[in-house]
Amino acid sequence: MINSSLKQLGEMLQAKKISSVELTQSFLSRIQQYNPDINAYIALDEAKTLTQAKAADALIASGDTTPLTGIPIAQKDIFCAKGWKTTCGSKMLANFIAPYDAHVITQFDAAGAVNLGKTNMDEFAMGSSNETSYFGGVKNPWDFKRVPGGSSGGSAAAVAARLCAAATGTDTGGSIRQPASLCGFTGLKPTYGVVSRYGMIAFASSLDQAGPMAKSAEDCALMMNVMAGFDERDSTSLQREKEDYTRDLHKPLQGLKIGLPKEFFAEGLDANVGKVIEGAIAEYKKLGAEIVDISLPNTGLSIPVYYVLAPAEASSNLSRYDGVRYGHRAESYTDLMDMYCKSRAEGFGAEVKRRILIGTYVLSAGYYDAYYLKAQQIRRLIAQDFVEAFKQCDVIMGPAAPSTAFKAGEKVDDPVAMYLQDIYTISTNLAGLPGMSVPAGFSTGSDGKVLPVGLQIIGNYFDEARMLNVAHQYQQVTDWHAQIPNLGKPNLVLPEELK
Amino acid sequence: MEWEVVIGLETHTQLQTNTKIFSGASIKYGAEPNTQACEVSIALPGVLPVLNKEAVQCAIKFGLAINAEIAPRSVFARKNYFYPDLPKGYQISQYELPVVGKGAITIQVPAVGKNPAYEKVINITRAHLEEDAGKSVHGGFDLEKLDEAKWDEPVTKGNFTGIDLNRAGTPLLEIVTEPDMRSAAETVAYAKKLHELVQWIGICDGNMQEGSFRCDVNVSVRPKGTGKLGTRREIKNLNSFKFMTQAIEYETRWQIEALEDGGTIQQATVLFNPDTGETRAMRSKEEANDYRYFPDPDLLPLEVTEADKAAVRANMPELPEAMKARFEAEYGLSSYDASALTTSRDLATYFVATVNSGAEAKQSANWVMGNISAKLNAEDRTIAASPVSATQLAQLLKRIADNTISNNAAKQVFEVLWSREIDVDEVIEKLGLKQVSDSGAIEAMIDEVLAANPAMIEEFKAGKEKAFNALVGQAMKASKGKANPAQVNEVLKRKLSAS
Repeated sequence: MINSSLKQLGEMLQAKKISSVELTQSFLSRIQQYNPDINAYIALDEAKTLTQAKAADALIASGDTTPLTGIPIAQKDIFCAKGWKTTCGSKMLANFIAPYDAHVITQFDAAGAVNLGKTNMDEFAMGSSNETSYFGGVKNPWDFKRVPGGSSGGSAAAVAARLCAAATGTDTGGSIRQPASLCGFTGLKPTYGVVSRYGMIAFASSLDQAGPMAKSAEDCALMMNVMAGFDERDSTSLQREKEDYTRDLHKPLQGLKIGLPKEFFAEGLDANVGKVIEGAIAEYKKLGAEIVDISLPNTGLSIPVYYVLAPAEASSNLSRYDGVRYGHRAESYTDLMDMYCKSRAEGFGAEVKRRILIGTYVLSAGYYDAYYLKAQQIRRLIAQDFVEAFKQCDVIMGPAAPSTAFKAGEKVDDPVAMYLQDIYTISTNLAGLPGMSVPAGFSTGSDGKVLPVGLQIIGNYFDEARMLNVAHQYQQVTDWHAQIPNLGKPNLVLPEELK
Repeated sequence: MEWEVVIGLETHTQLQTNTKIFSGASIKYGAEPNTQACEVSIALPGVLPVLNKEAVQCAIKFGLAINAEIAPRSVFARKNYFYPDLPKGYQISQYELPVVGKGAITIQVPAVGKNPAYEKVINITRAHLEEDAGKSVHGGFDLEKLDEAKWDEPVTKGNFTGIDLNRAGTPLLEIVTEPDMRSAAETVAYAKKLHELVQWIGICDGNMQEGSFRCDVNVSVRPKGTGKLGTRREIKNLNSFKFMTQAIEYETRWQIEALEDGGTIQQATVLFNPDTGETRAMRSKEEANDYRYFPDPDLLPLEVTEADKAAVRANMPELPEAMKARFEAEYGLSSYDASALTTSRDLATYFVATVNSGAEAKQSANWVMGNISAKLNAEDRTIAASPVSATQLAQLLKRIADNTISNNAAKQVFEVLWSREIDVDEVIEKLGLKQVSDSGAIEAMIDEVLAANPAMIEEFKAGKEKAFNALVGQAMKASKGKANPAQVNEVLKRKLSAS
């Protein structure tokens, strides 16, 4: 049952083969068993969760259902959920109980889904390994010595370890796709503006975008049907017709033009990861796709541009955490300035402070033009690269991350090495484009561990349905997405051809 | 050396919208603290601003009223600084691209002593939309309402600062002039004109006590005849025209004395103390914040189309200048009268209503500017709160016109009307002020007067004009003031020439 697709679970619930309470309880007991090791969840509230499950069962009994009614979904702890502790992975909000619901939470509630708990994450979504969380790191279910990626590390581990039916994540520079790659499941970052940011705690407003993290492209499509849609409370939310993201899943891929940017296969890519991606491309050729060599010449600038713009926005977005109205306030202080300084010094972790400092610096008088304004100009060039590329192809493919999951502690003291984890994902955030990561095989790590590898699919604006189709067709002829880790026991044996 | 003072104004006008500029919370003045602070006002994690279209319409209205350029695209920026009553840690304001560009306001500077009244054009640099901050309440508030158990130290009135976020997010239009004013009189004339204009077009209630109209005055001095501007000091938050005059006069003297003593002026923000009549530096430029302005990524650029402008224009009231011209043409009023009647929209409306109720225009103008204004000034009331309505005034004036009462009698009636709610005719009746216009009665009465005063008739015949007036006086006295003086004149003349 824990491996069942959302569609199968929905059918079982509606046919009353299982109740939402039973399904929820089975996930809760699995969480109880594995979460103490994996640490995927920051907040669990059995009573609240089961109340929702009971309500879902009542809806099912009355026939008033949606495809997700009664299904337990894990929510990244970045979404405010009324009555739930909402921490964003920070000591600053360690005791913050949200008094209102984020748009995404409202959408799942309206669909009758069950909130299973709040998942662990890098503090304020700043990190690529989940190691900046105030609530401790998260273990990669494929190898407990390794990180799950970040910032949506808790949701990633929960999906991979089957500690939820599906989860939500947010992606500012790769925070859905990189962990999806490192943990071996399907994750989608939609076009900027497709999912409302209302109630989603802001990191970098012009880049943040919520999306689904699930076992398959089909599951992601069902999640998108709930999450996407215009919301007048978010001025950057796009006013578009409601769409059914499952509508194109079954279309054949004959004639699909896949662009392979040479910059995604250059220095810095782990050779074994590269091999897996090549294998996936070969599979697409078999499905009738054509391969086009393309170039995204400004890819190399995406990391420096991102590490100017994202911290700039973050430095301002995080100013509200001042200890005045809510959140952490220092025990003792001499005056107002002292209260600010101590509260923020104590409440924020090192990575958050680093980014606030970078952001404050690049926005300062005298530096603004050289950094912030210049970065905005390059951001437009990066977006233009994609406009040119999509004249030649329908989707762009490449790796989602440069390597498989790395060991906990390995990159903690080397922020630049950590930042390079997002080299292939960041440019799509800067351009506002949709991107996804799909399990494409396994690679052997330095210590012989067999670890998942994700194929990234980048689509044109609002092409999510087509990307899901491209991923779904691949998942019909491969079973990488169906592989599950043994949670602490030796993992599956690598197939001969990949050794 | 002769000095010249150079003054520019920044005025914060609170816009008369139903809700805050970026949220749906009410902006009503005087509510219990924090009862009008929604999740956006408190700046909870995850909330987002949505621009209030009403505020934009107010800005367009103002732009149209001063013939300004209205930007087709303007941008909201974040002004970053920490203060307890600034919940987000930044204020959303317009910085590089304001919604209203260059415009102009013509002011009338009243005569002072031998200097005659004159007109002057004050150039407006820009007007931009922004949000107000909340209020810090330093002690002195109701401690009964605080839950003392929550605080470690005993709470006293002195050691406690409360934050009231009711005002946070109130829409403001900040109107900035060029340094075009050369005296306190010009500055006050501009401020009064602006104060009337924003009320006239209905974008601000003009209530200075409640902070709806606040002026910051930039003052500098320079030797007369030099072109270069002196270093300015900014007098913050003047909330009455009287204080404005006092503050400018004090500040000008202070700066001139400082320079004449061989000193220099440091750029600074100063506060005016109404008790001492002095200005005092609050902070110098060295301590000034670097606000790290950057475009707010949560808000799209504000676009104003020709159609938007046309829609606002269609709902614009007639502006004072146009109305003044119309009063001259339509009612034959003098330029002075028309100008005086259009100093406020309420006054103009009252005048028009009086005329429309059947009173003669010139007489209405005289009464509105004379008796009514005198009463209002004496009692510190506005025309909108006049106890004598326009229809009552018209009725009264009609009774003068139809010879029911004399002008003097009308003044007595007016006194009664002012203090009691009562009908005009009823007052005339009760006071017995009705004029005798019955020609038979008047003739008989004059016969009596002539018979009783043969000496006066002789004097009149000997060419003494005064004797005629004395006879009129006798006749009026005999009628107890009720005879129509014009009729008395006529009958007396006829009888004297006949005798």
